[in-house]
Amino acid sequence: MTDTTRHTASEMLAILSARQLKEGQVVFAGVGVPLLAATLAQRLRCPGLTILFEGGVIGAFVEPGKLPPSTNDQRCTKRANMVLGSAEVLLLLQRGYVDIGFMGGAQIDKYGNLNSSFIGDSDNPKTRLPGTGGGNDISSLTNMIVAMKHEKRRFVEHVDFITSPGFIRGGKSRAESGLPEGGMFRVITELAVFSFDETSRLMKVLALNPGITRDQVQDNTGFDLIFDDQLGVTEPPTEHELTTLRMLDPDRLFIAG
Amino acid sequence: MVAQDAVQPYKELRQNLARRDRSLREKVVTLEEAASFVRDGASVGIGGSTMSRTPMALIWQLIRARKKELSCSRCIISTDGDLLLGSGVSNHIVSSWFAQGGSDVGKKRLEAKEIDCPFTGEKLLLVPALNPDVALIHVQRCDAYGNAQIDGLQFMDIDLAMAANRVILTTERIVSNDQIRRSPDQTKIPFFCVDAVVEVPFGSAPHECYGVYEPMMNHLETYVKQVNGDPVGGMKKYLDQHVYGLKNWNEFLSLIGIDEIVAASRRGRSIFDD
Repeated sequence: MTDTTRHTASEMLAILSARQLKEGQVVFAGVGVPLLAATLAQRLRCPGLTILFEGGVIGAFVEPGKLPPSTNDQRCTKRANMVLGSAEVLLLLQRGYVDIGFMGGAQIDKYGNLNSSFIGDSDNPKTRLPGTGGGNDISSLTNMIVAMKHEKRRFVEHVDFITSPGFIRGGKSRAESGLPEGGMFRVITELAVFSFDETSRLMKVLALNPGITRDQVQDNTGFDLIFDDQLGVTEPPTEHELTTLRMLDPDRLFIAG
Repeated sequence: MVAQDAVQPYKELRQNLARRDRSLREKVVTLEEAASFVRDGASVGIGGSTMSRTPMALIWQLIRARKKELSCSRCIISTDGDLLLGSGVSNHIVSSWFAQGGSDVGKKRLEAKEIDCPFTGEKLLLVPALNPDVALIHVQRCDAYGNAQIDGLQFMDIDLAMAANRVILTTERIVSNDQIRRSPDQTKIPFFCVDAVVEVPFGSAPHECYGVYEPMMNHLETYVKQVNGDPVGGMKKYLDQHVYGLKNWNEFLSLIGIDEIVAASRRGRSIFDD
């Protein structure tokens, strides 16, 4: 028997994220927790879920224990339905084929904007982060799920630099910036599940994870949170979810921490 | 940062091509000769992405040839970018991926222009065309004329070959033109784009070449530890030991070691095992 009360933060992120996906969706997934979560959903509930990789892969079916280190490695193509060029796979976004974009985040703000470029002033940064990758293209043209560790320094009032747009400055500013559809759909952390208010587009706590209080979430967040009127509590990971996830990543490359 | 090279209009691109020898002719050269086609200050497009089909042997040779002020572009750079910058061969690297709207990425790219779509009125963002002076692309196989067949992920290599004003191919093996003509549907880069062909087995090492070898992670992890521990000294030591001081590319492969190369080959070829 798997002890379902003992799991890591990454396992919680992967399992809760997987629950957000629906059968039949087309999902652009980054490596790490996003790929694990999409694969978990595919194996548990959504056999018709299609995973895309920005390296140029349609319909990936990742093998347990052979997780790709990036979205550009040959492992991404194993048992896929089609391989195509990088520009072509991103054109699927422009044509509107993709439902969900799914990635991790270094820094997020109250409107769901993501920063993976610079910490500090972008002209004279304290730290340079990896940059956009396909993140900007994906967040511009999909409903986004972001799975990330919950830390005060990562959940900030305003990101230092908008690499991948969420709702920009809230309200209708995303559409006014030329992005008429999509936006941040869910943020998943080890503490809670978040959505965004329909009008203000501010981040909102939808459900607390088991054993987590409102204060704990607020104390670990760098801006004032709003809480949903019907604030719920997430279901803890099931044994089936945990064993399947651990089967997919037996070396615990992405679920150890 | 503004793109260093002005956008080349059709007339100029056509005139360059009209002067280029596009005949079906043999183009096989050595790694050293191929590197001599890249002049100092050139804009260089690099094929593959991240750790896949990186034209590493040719990059290695450009560093040995002490090239200067190359302006490089690639989908996503990896350790190839470290070596180009760390050796002083390149002082400018352009990476791909772009912004649609609303982000701060666009604000950093002064050359990008927003227009209204003349048909739907939607906002569109345009970026200028990139026509590198020379493209370096590593493939699984091509013939002596440069007809290249690419297995697996092709990234932007077809567009890159078409866009560049010169193309140098490195290839795991050179096959006959008869073999190319038996499966022309597999040819991804046509001979008339290509100016030089170099046969370099394991020419992407320590990165991967689809279906031939996966990345050589022991070598890469040792490298990363060394340069992260001491970015300047560690890089210098790597270049001295693995690039400058060696007789040829095979000697570099020897430093990676037969065990790791065999293991990487086994994993690489396993894609065809099921």
